[in-house]
Amino acid sequence: MNCKQATSLLSQRQERPLTQVERLSLRFHLMMCSGCRNFSRQMESLRAMSRGYAKGGASTTHAEREQRDKP
Amino acid sequence: MPEPNATTETPDPVAASDSLSDPDFIDGLRSQMLRFARLQLRDDHLAEDAVQEALVGALKNAGSFARKSALRTWVFSILKHKIADSLRYRQRVIASSELGDGELQDQVFMDALFKTNGHWHRAERPSHWTGPQGRVQSDHFWRVFDACLNGLPERQAQVFMMREFLELGSDEICRQLALSTANLHVILYRARLRLRECLENSWFNSPATDVQK
Repeated sequence: MNCKQATSLLSQRQERPLTQVERLSLRFHLMMCSGCRNFSRQMESLRAMSRGYAKGGASTTHAEREQRDKP
Repeated sequence: MPEPNATTETPDPVAASDSLSDPDFIDGLRSQMLRFARLQLRDDHLAEDAVQEALVGALKNAGSFARKSALRTWVFSILKHKIADSLRYRQRVIASSELGDGELQDQVFMDALFKTNGHWHRAERPSHWTGPQGRVQSDHFWRVFDACLNGLPERQAQVFMMREFLELGSDEICRQLALSTANLHVILYRARLRLRECLENSWFNSPATDVQK
Protein backbone atom coordinates (compact mmCIF):
# COMPACT_ATOMS: atom_id res chain seq x y z
CA MET A 1 0.00 0.00 0.00
CA ASN A 2 1.29 3.49 -0.83
CA CYS A 3 0.35 6.86 0.70
CA LYS A 4 -2.20 7.65 -1.98
CA GLN A 5 -4.09 4.44 -1.29
CA ALA A 6 -3.73 4.85 2.47
CA THR A 7 -5.10 8.41 2.48
CA SER A 8 -7.98 7.38 0.23
CA LEU A 9 -8.89 4.64 2.71
CA LEU A 10 -8.55 7.08 5.62
CA SER A 11 -11.11 9.28 3.91
CA GLN A 12 -13.42 6.37 3.09
CA ARG A 13 -13.20 5.19 6.69
CA GLN A 14 -15.42 8.18 7.51
CA GLU A 15 -18.09 6.91 5.13
CA ARG A 16 -18.07 3.14 5.49
CA PRO A 17 -16.57 0.38 7.64
CA LEU A 18 -13.34 -0.89 6.10
CA THR A 19 -12.91 -4.59 5.33
CA GLN A 20 -10.55 -6.61 7.47
CA VAL A 21 -7.91 -6.73 4.74
CA GLU A 22 -8.14 -2.96 4.29
CA ARG A 23 -7.84 -2.40 8.02
CA LEU A 24 -4.78 -4.61 8.33
CA SER A 25 -2.89 -3.17 5.39
CA LEU A 26 -3.77 0.32 6.53
CA ARG A 27 -2.52 -0.38 10.03
CA PHE A 28 0.73 -1.75 8.64
CA HIS A 29 1.21 1.30 6.45
CA LEU A 30 0.49 3.72 9.31
CA MET A 31 3.09 2.02 11.49
CA MET A 32 5.73 2.99 8.96
CA CYS A 33 4.48 6.34 7.73
CA SER A 34 4.30 9.38 10.01
CA GLY A 35 2.85 11.56 7.24
CA CYS A 36 -0.18 9.30 6.88
CA ARG A 37 -0.49 9.00 10.67
CA ASN A 38 -0.77 12.80 10.79
CA PHE A 39 -3.23 12.69 7.91
CA SER A 40 -5.31 10.17 9.82
CA ARG A 41 -5.60 12.44 12.86
CA GLN A 42 -6.31 15.42 10.63
CA MET A 43 -9.30 13.69 9.03
CA GLU A 44 -10.91 13.58 12.45
CA SER A 45 -9.99 17.19 13.20
CA LEU A 46 -11.43 18.23 9.86
CA ARG A 47 -14.75 16.60 10.67
CA ALA A 48 -14.85 18.17 14.13
CA MET A 49 -13.99 21.61 12.72
CA SER A 50 -16.63 21.36 10.00
CA ARG A 51 -19.31 20.49 12.50
CA GLY A 52 -18.18 23.29 14.78
CA TYR A 53 -18.35 25.68 11.86
CA ALA A 54 -21.80 24.50 10.80
CA LYS A 55 -23.10 24.87 14.32
CA GLY A 56 -22.19 28.53 14.25
CA GLY A 57 -18.65 28.29 15.59
CA ALA A 58 -17.68 31.31 13.58
CA SER A 59 -20.74 33.29 14.49
CA THR A 60 -19.90 34.45 17.99
CA THR A 61 -20.54 38.14 17.74
CA HIS A 62 -17.93 40.66 18.63
CA ALA A 63 -19.99 41.92 21.57
CA GLU A 64 -20.46 38.44 23.01
CA ARG A 65 -16.77 37.73 22.71
CA GLU A 66 -15.82 40.92 24.51
CA GLN A 67 -18.24 40.00 27.24
CA ARG A 68 -16.73 36.54 27.57
CA ASP A 69 -13.14 37.70 27.45
CA LYS A 70 -13.56 40.21 30.24
CA PRO A 71 -11.27 39.34 33.13
CA MET B 1 -33.62 20.83 19.46
CA PRO B 2 -36.65 22.70 20.76
CA GLU B 3 -39.80 22.50 18.69
CA PRO B 4 -40.91 25.74 17.10
CA ASN B 5 -44.15 25.62 18.98
CA ALA B 6 -42.89 24.14 22.19
CA THR B 7 -45.15 25.20 24.99
CA THR B 8 -43.64 23.16 27.79
CA GLU B 9 -41.43 26.01 28.91
CA THR B 10 -42.79 29.40 29.75
CA PRO B 11 -41.17 31.87 27.38
CA ASP B 12 -39.12 34.54 28.99
CA PRO B 13 -40.34 37.67 27.22
CA VAL B 14 -37.64 39.88 28.70
CA ALA B 15 -34.73 37.69 27.56
CA ALA B 16 -36.25 37.05 24.15
CA SER B 17 -36.90 40.69 23.40
CA ASP B 18 -33.35 41.34 24.57
CA SER B 19 -31.90 39.06 21.91
CA LEU B 20 -34.21 40.36 19.23
CA SER B 21 -33.74 44.01 19.92
CA ASP B 22 -29.98 43.61 19.97
CA PRO B 23 -29.08 44.71 16.43
CA ASP B 24 -25.49 43.49 16.79
CA PHE B 25 -26.67 40.01 17.55
CA ILE B 26 -29.15 39.88 14.67
CA ASP B 27 -26.64 41.39 12.24
CA GLY B 28 -23.94 38.94 13.26
CA LEU B 29 -26.30 36.02 13.04
CA ARG B 30 -27.59 37.10 9.66
CA SER B 31 -24.17 37.58 8.10
CA GLN B 32 -23.01 34.22 9.43
CA MET B 33 -26.09 32.56 7.96
CA LEU B 34 -25.52 34.28 4.62
CA ARG B 35 -21.93 33.15 4.46
CA PHE B 36 -23.02 29.60 5.14
CA ALA B 37 -25.86 29.68 2.62
CA ARG B 38 -23.75 31.29 -0.12
CA LEU B 39 -21.03 28.71 0.22
CA GLN B 40 -23.57 25.98 0.05
CA LEU B 41 -25.80 27.29 -2.72
CA ARG B 42 -23.27 29.34 -4.75
CA ASP B 43 -26.02 31.77 -5.63
CA ASP B 44 -26.56 35.08 -3.88
CA HIS B 45 -30.29 35.29 -4.53
CA LEU B 46 -31.05 31.76 -3.42
CA ALA B 47 -28.89 32.30 -0.36
CA GLU B 48 -30.68 35.55 0.56
CA ASP B 49 -34.02 33.78 0.16
CA ALA B 50 -33.07 30.85 2.35
CA VAL B 51 -31.68 33.10 5.08
CA GLN B 52 -34.69 35.39 4.94
CA GLU B 53 -37.14 32.53 5.26
CA ALA B 54 -35.18 30.87 8.06
CA LEU B 55 -34.89 34.11 10.03
CA VAL B 56 -38.54 35.03 9.67
CA GLY B 57 -39.60 31.53 10.67
CA ALA B 58 -37.30 31.56 13.67
CA LEU B 59 -38.09 35.04 14.90
CA LYS B 60 -41.80 34.31 14.90
CA ASN B 61 -41.18 31.73 17.56
CA ALA B 62 -38.19 33.30 19.19
CA GLY B 63 -40.11 33.98 22.35
CA SER B 64 -39.31 30.48 23.57
CA PHE B 65 -35.56 31.07 23.53
CA ALA B 66 -34.09 32.63 26.59
CA ARG B 67 -30.49 32.18 25.49
CA LYS B 68 -28.90 33.53 22.34
CA SER B 69 -26.89 30.37 21.76
CA ALA B 70 -30.06 28.25 21.79
CA LEU B 71 -31.69 30.65 19.37
CA ARG B 72 -28.67 30.54 17.07
CA THR B 73 -28.51 26.75 17.00
CA TRP B 74 -32.17 26.59 16.24
CA VAL B 75 -32.07 29.19 13.46
CA PHE B 76 -29.20 27.29 11.84
CA SER B 77 -31.09 24.04 11.92
CA ILE B 78 -33.97 25.75 10.09
CA LEU B 79 -31.52 27.23 7.60
CA LYS B 80 -30.01 23.80 6.89
CA HIS B 81 -33.45 22.50 5.98
CA LYS B 82 -34.10 25.47 3.70
CA ILE B 83 -30.76 24.90 1.96
CA ALA B 84 -31.43 21.20 1.56
CA ASP B 85 -34.81 22.03 -0.01
CA SER B 86 -33.23 24.55 -2.32
CA LEU B 87 -30.50 22.09 -3.35
CA ARG B 88 -33.06 19.39 -4.00
CA TYR B 89 -35.03 21.79 -6.17
CA ARG B 90 -31.99 22.90 -8.10
CA GLN B 91 -30.87 19.32 -8.59
CA ARG B 92 -34.05 18.66 -10.50
CA VAL B 93 -33.36 21.64 -12.71
CA ILE B 94 -29.66 21.22 -13.38
CA ALA B 95 -28.36 17.89 -14.66
CA SER B 96 -25.72 16.30 -12.51
CA SER B 97 -22.24 16.69 -13.95
CA GLU B 98 -20.69 13.62 -12.29
CA LEU B 99 -17.06 14.31 -11.55
CA GLY B 100 -17.25 17.43 -13.65
CA ASP B 101 -14.71 19.26 -15.71
CA GLY B 102 -12.30 19.65 -12.84
CA GLU B 103 -10.81 16.24 -13.58
CA LEU B 104 -7.63 17.60 -15.12
CA GLN B 105 -7.24 20.19 -12.38
CA ASP B 106 -7.60 17.42 -9.79
CA GLN B 107 -5.00 15.32 -11.56
CA VAL B 108 -2.53 18.19 -11.43
CA PHE B 109 -3.27 18.68 -7.75
CA MET B 110 -2.79 14.99 -6.94
CA ASP B 111 0.48 14.89 -8.89
CA ALA B 112 1.73 17.80 -6.83
CA LEU B 113 1.04 15.85 -3.63
CA PHE B 114 2.11 12.33 -4.56
CA LYS B 115 5.07 10.96 -6.47
CA THR B 116 4.42 8.48 -9.28
CA ASN B 117 4.92 5.61 -6.82
CA GLY B 118 2.02 7.00 -4.77
CA HIS B 119 4.09 8.18 -1.81
CA TRP B 120 4.12 11.76 -0.55
CA HIS B 121 6.46 14.25 -2.09
CA ARG B 122 8.73 15.13 0.81
CA ALA B 123 7.53 18.73 1.09
CA GLU B 124 3.87 17.71 0.98
CA ARG B 125 3.98 15.11 3.74
CA PRO B 126 1.34 16.08 6.34
CA SER B 127 2.84 17.56 9.45
CA HIS B 128 1.66 17.27 13.01
CA TRP B 129 -1.03 19.87 13.74
CA THR B 130 -0.18 21.11 17.17
CA GLY B 131 -2.99 21.96 19.52
CA PRO B 132 -5.73 22.56 16.95
CA GLN B 133 -8.37 22.21 19.66
CA GLY B 134 -7.05 25.15 21.60
CA ARG B 135 -6.35 27.37 18.65
CA VAL B 136 -9.17 26.92 16.20
CA GLN B 137 -11.71 28.96 18.11
CA SER B 138 -10.53 32.38 17.01
CA ASP B 139 -12.23 34.48 14.34
CA HIS B 140 -9.05 34.45 12.37
CA PHE B 141 -9.12 30.68 12.11
CA TRP B 142 -12.71 30.65 10.89
CA ARG B 143 -11.83 33.19 8.21
CA VAL B 144 -9.05 30.90 7.00
CA PHE B 145 -11.43 27.95 7.09
CA ASP B 146 -13.94 29.96 5.06
CA ALA B 147 -11.33 30.86 2.48
CA CYS B 148 -10.23 27.22 2.17
CA LEU B 149 -13.83 26.10 1.63
CA ASN B 150 -14.29 28.79 -0.99
CA GLY B 151 -11.20 27.51 -2.76
CA LEU B 152 -12.70 24.06 -3.35
CA PRO B 153 -14.06 23.24 -6.79
CA GLU B 154 -17.83 23.75 -6.70
CA ARG B 155 -18.83 20.10 -6.83
CA GLN B 156 -16.41 19.13 -4.07
CA ALA B 157 -17.59 21.96 -1.84
CA GLN B 158 -21.22 21.02 -2.38
CA VAL B 159 -20.70 17.35 -1.55
CA PHE B 160 -18.37 18.04 1.37
CA MET B 161 -20.84 20.45 2.95
CA MET B 162 -23.79 18.13 2.45
CA ARG B 163 -21.79 15.45 4.21
CA GLU B 164 -20.10 17.41 7.01
CA PHE B 165 -22.33 20.45 7.54
CA LEU B 166 -25.77 19.05 6.83
CA GLU B 167 -24.57 15.65 8.06
CA LEU B 168 -26.48 13.80 5.35
CA GLY B 169 -25.72 10.10 4.95
CA SER B 170 -23.86 8.77 1.91
CA ASP B 171 -27.00 7.17 0.49
CA GLU B 172 -28.97 10.38 0.74
CA ILE B 173 -26.25 12.40 -1.01
CA CYS B 174 -25.86 9.81 -3.78
CA ARG B 175 -29.60 9.85 -4.32
CA GLN B 176 -29.91 13.63 -4.36
CA LEU B 177 -26.99 14.16 -6.70
CA ALA B 178 -27.37 10.94 -8.70
CA LEU B 179 -23.82 9.86 -7.83
CA SER B 180 -22.42 6.36 -7.45
CA THR B 181 -20.95 5.50 -4.06
CA ALA B 182 -17.52 5.24 -5.65
CA ASN B 183 -17.85 8.74 -7.11
CA LEU B 184 -18.97 10.08 -3.77
CA HIS B 185 -15.90 8.61 -2.10
CA VAL B 186 -13.59 10.09 -4.73
CA ILE B 187 -15.18 13.54 -4.43
CA LEU B 188 -15.00 13.54 -0.63
CA TYR B 189 -11.41 12.28 -0.72
CA ARG B 190 -10.33 15.08 -3.05
CA ALA B 191 -12.20 17.70 -1.05
CA ARG B 192 -10.52 16.54 2.15
CA LEU B 193 -7.09 16.47 0.53
CA ARG B 194 -7.55 20.05 -0.63
CA LEU B 195 -8.98 21.33 2.63
CA ARG B 196 -6.27 19.62 4.63
CA GLU B 197 -3.59 21.07 2.39
CA CYS B 198 -5.10 24.55 2.57
CA LEU B 199 -5.49 24.53 6.37
CA GLU B 200 -2.00 23.23 6.87
CA ASN B 201 -0.45 25.88 4.63
CA SER B 202 -2.63 28.79 5.67
CA TRP B 203 -2.99 28.10 9.35
CA PHE B 204 -1.14 25.28 11.04
CA ASN B 205 2.20 25.84 9.34
CA SER B 206 1.77 29.55 8.93
CA PRO B 207 4.17 31.69 10.98
CA ALA B 208 1.42 34.24 11.56
CA THR B 209 -0.53 31.85 13.79
CA ASP B 210 1.84 32.41 16.68
CA VAL B 211 0.68 35.94 17.21
CA GLN B 212 -2.98 34.89 17.14
CA LYS B 213 -4.42 33.68 20.35
